[in-house]
Amino acid sequence: MRYVGRPVPRLEDARLLRGRGRFVADLAPVANVHHVAFVRSPHAHAEIRSIDASAALASEGVLAVVGPEDGRRWLRPFSVGVDGAEPYWPMAIGRARYVGEPVAVVVARDRYLAEDAAERVRVEYEPLPVQMEVEGAPVVTSRSFRFGDPEGAFARAAHRVGATFRFPRYSSTPIECYAVLADWSHAEEEVTVWSNFHGPFVMQPLIAACLGLPENRVRLICPPDIGGSFGIKSGVYAYIPLVALASRLAGVPVRWTADRWEDLVASQAGTDRVTRAEVAVDAEGRMTALRLEITDDVGAHLRPPEPATLYRCFGNLTGAYRIRDLAVEARAVLTNRPPTGLNRGFGGQQLYFTLERLVDMVARRLGLDAAEVRRRNLVPPAEMPYRTPLGGVYDPGDYPALLDELLARADYPGLVAERDRLRAQGRLAGVGMAMVIDPSGTNLGYIELARTPEERSRGLGKSGCTESATLTMDPLGNVRLRIATAPEGQGHETVAAQIVADELGVPISSVRVDAGVDTAAQAWNVSSGSYSSRFAPITSSAVIRACAALKARLRAIASGILEASPDDLELVDGSVRVRGTDRALPIRRVAGLAHWDPGALPAGVEPLLHVTASFSSHLARSPGQDDTVDSSICYGAVADLCLVDIDPETYEVAIRGYWTVHDSGRILNPLLADGQVMGALAHGVGGALYEELVFDRAGTPLATSFADYLCPTAREIPEVHIHHRHGETPFVPSGARGIGEGNSMSAPAAVANAIADALSERGVEITELPVHGSKIWKWLQETATAR
Amino acid sequence: MRSITLRVNGRPVTAEVEPRMTLADFIRERAMLTGTHLGCEHGVCGACTVLLDGASVRSCLLFAVQADGREVTTVEGLARDGELHPLQRAFHVHHGLQCGFCTPGFLMALAELWPSRGLVGREEIEEVVSGQLCRCTGYAGILAAAYDAFGVA
Repeated sequence: MRYVGRPVPRLEDARLLRGRGRFVADLAPVANVHHVAFVRSPHAHAEIRSIDASAALASEGVLAVVGPEDGRRWLRPFSVGVDGAEPYWPMAIGRARYVGEPVAVVVARDRYLAEDAAERVRVEYEPLPVQMEVEGAPVVTSRSFRFGDPEGAFARAAHRVGATFRFPRYSSTPIECYAVLADWSHAEEEVTVWSNFHGPFVMQPLIAACLGLPENRVRLICPPDIGGSFGIKSGVYAYIPLVALASRLAGVPVRWTADRWEDLVASQAGTDRVTRAEVAVDAEGRMTALRLEITDDVGAHLRPPEPATLYRCFGNLTGAYRIRDLAVEARAVLTNRPPTGLNRGFGGQQLYFTLERLVDMVARRLGLDAAEVRRRNLVPPAEMPYRTPLGGVYDPGDYPALLDELLARADYPGLVAERDRLRAQGRLAGVGMAMVIDPSGTNLGYIELARTPEERSRGLGKSGCTESATLTMDPLGNVRLRIATAPEGQGHETVAAQIVADELGVPISSVRVDAGVDTAAQAWNVSSGSYSSRFAPITSSAVIRACAALKARLRAIASGILEASPDDLELVDGSVRVRGTDRALPIRRVAGLAHWDPGALPAGVEPLLHVTASFSSHLARSPGQDDTVDSSICYGAVADLCLVDIDPETYEVAIRGYWTVHDSGRILNPLLADGQVMGALAHGVGGALYEELVFDRAGTPLATSFADYLCPTAREIPEVHIHHRHGETPFVPSGARGIGEGNSMSAPAAVANAIADALSERGVEITELPVHGSKIWKWLQETATAR
Repeated sequence: MRSITLRVNGRPVTAEVEPRMTLADFIRERAMLTGTHLGCEHGVCGACTVLLDGASVRSCLLFAVQADGREVTTVEGLARDGELHPLQRAFHVHHGLQCGFCTPGFLMALAELWPSRGLVGREEIEEVVSGQLCRCTGYAGILAAAYDAFGVA
């Protein structure tokens, strides 16, 4: 191995550092592109009485105004993953249900003129009562699950520890906002769309159905560069039919580039959750049973893939712990907030905030150290691969060793002594940890859990994690790889090139990778895209499969000249060589032969140096009749420890040190792996301390700019000590698990546990995020009064 | 409409613009240099940072007419004769970028400080870096790159 496992700097950087990236707003693929601006509801809930677009239509440069009547006529509601739910139209038809919901689309010559005209569209609203509280909100989906004997376990428990936890709504605010360019062809009855969408491509059929087009007449093109997403841009799909319809009705190609206000109020956010949780504990501190009553606020519409936040972590709902009895209530409710969806960690940060806070509460109740309680409950290595009661199958890992390594790396006793030293100086200091199971490579079948086994039995099964890769070798032996991931900064081009170079035995400089997507020009399927940390386990494995297919063909082609069986040939150092000899042909000779002189090939040998291969794990199956599902293909483990120091006067929270240890299987590129860890951790710290999409009681969003939605800057992110335990997962050919989401799940819990430790002697318990100075002040006032 | 001429990366660019056109839009749509990115259009994220007569500015907060007759340097003007600027090289080596959308802003904000290298320390560099938003890197790679390029231990 020459490239994989090494810190190869990125190939993508050459263009991005020079300002030569190709983001959607930089593309001019067709002439006469016009711009759209949206008219959006200023009310969280209102009847739309009338719309008067005459003044807008008379404005300079305006071509069309697309209103609700056009939507009703030309579009169809998106299909929703739950039987009996309200249809979801991508624009307000009849009624607006959140502030920022699209009501009309204005098409004009440029963005300035479109925005001018949008202000001249007069909409008459009749405001309706708003639902902002999760409690009492209409339930759109609800399911009960029971595994083992939770009632018996709770009856036998020596201790029962429980609380209600509130996880906030936040986004990852990629710096590039949503962008769509649509070109409707009346002649071809087809639409071509350029967008910073990145999958899952299961949304492509949904877009086509919304537009009333066959799927092969919706061509989606995702450019090579997308300016971050962290899941948030998966939601741009809901805008694609609107921009496509604007192009159709205006008769010109149209472009929409969202601004930050639109991003914060009407793109997509992570799901806020209320969890009533209780754990049964025996006299030795072993957790035997868990009861979770989960309520997700999915906003005004159950927008696909919601209610997936409820189920993405279903297989790993018990985390790193050996808990065998469970009762789970999973429901989603509708409020007058914007729709939710994927956000880095997706379902994990909500789950582990609850689970890891509970573990610390158990420790405090029993007078045990937080690390000791975890040690007593971790799944032991002897039980690997471990099947959770919910059907998740954990690929082998040594969780106790991971915890021990964390405690050793961070010098846990030294850190506790440092905490005590700070406390002696009058600071509010605390130490907190978290251990999480980080699922990667989604089995899309988990979404079917929203339906009962009986409802599921009436339709086709759903499962899958398929990814594909196409390799083409030119006559000089250089290769071009095409994958369908539409990356947003993860460095897929680099890592895929490392893999191809190693597998084919060629220099990395002879490998080119295209990771952008064109649904009309490459292999893809509904699972394709970038989400749920699927590149390392799934896409990498598809690349390995494609290399194997190309190697087999090259061996067959070379076997004639080398007068050896293809089985005796190997690819090394840019040559095809007879194993154990020095008889070899340079790969470029073999490639040249196939391209220029196929007549000279052995009989029956395929001359085309162009192969497509796929990878899909047999572990990805639709849920069983007993409601178990292996919701992800791989499960990494992450252990975090941190020290927080709270100013006793301002209550400003500072993280003084942060350690994280990962078991992510094989590390394909350590430079990029650590970059993913840092990025995920920064999102976790943001969610724990700063970021929240706040609304007033009337449903008006209060965080509508970067002046009032606080993203961490370099000053707020602590120094982080990152360590990896090396090993390969046997579950996928690449041996690699995902790594880019774990700390988004663990950091909110670790920071919350540290703050809880800091405030423990003041009678404050942490059951909600974000925690910042004004909240701490309020809680301390309340406990002081209560005493 | 007004006719204005800006020198962008050393070349004169003349165009008829509306007074309300932002400098950022002028750079992207008149000078046709798309390396300058828009992330918030209200001056917080810093993705659109360029140098105006050597001083860093948020190009989303200025009108193009305000820059009439002045010298603008964008990220496309950093590399000389195909050679990356030391800041660009350091960002590459230290993995100081992921999606690359905010990167031109970080580079130009640090480029303002570049003539003072040797005189500035970690504090000044952190001050500049903390004026820009990046959502991918957690800033570790950016700070490492900047310290390295400025020769700050």
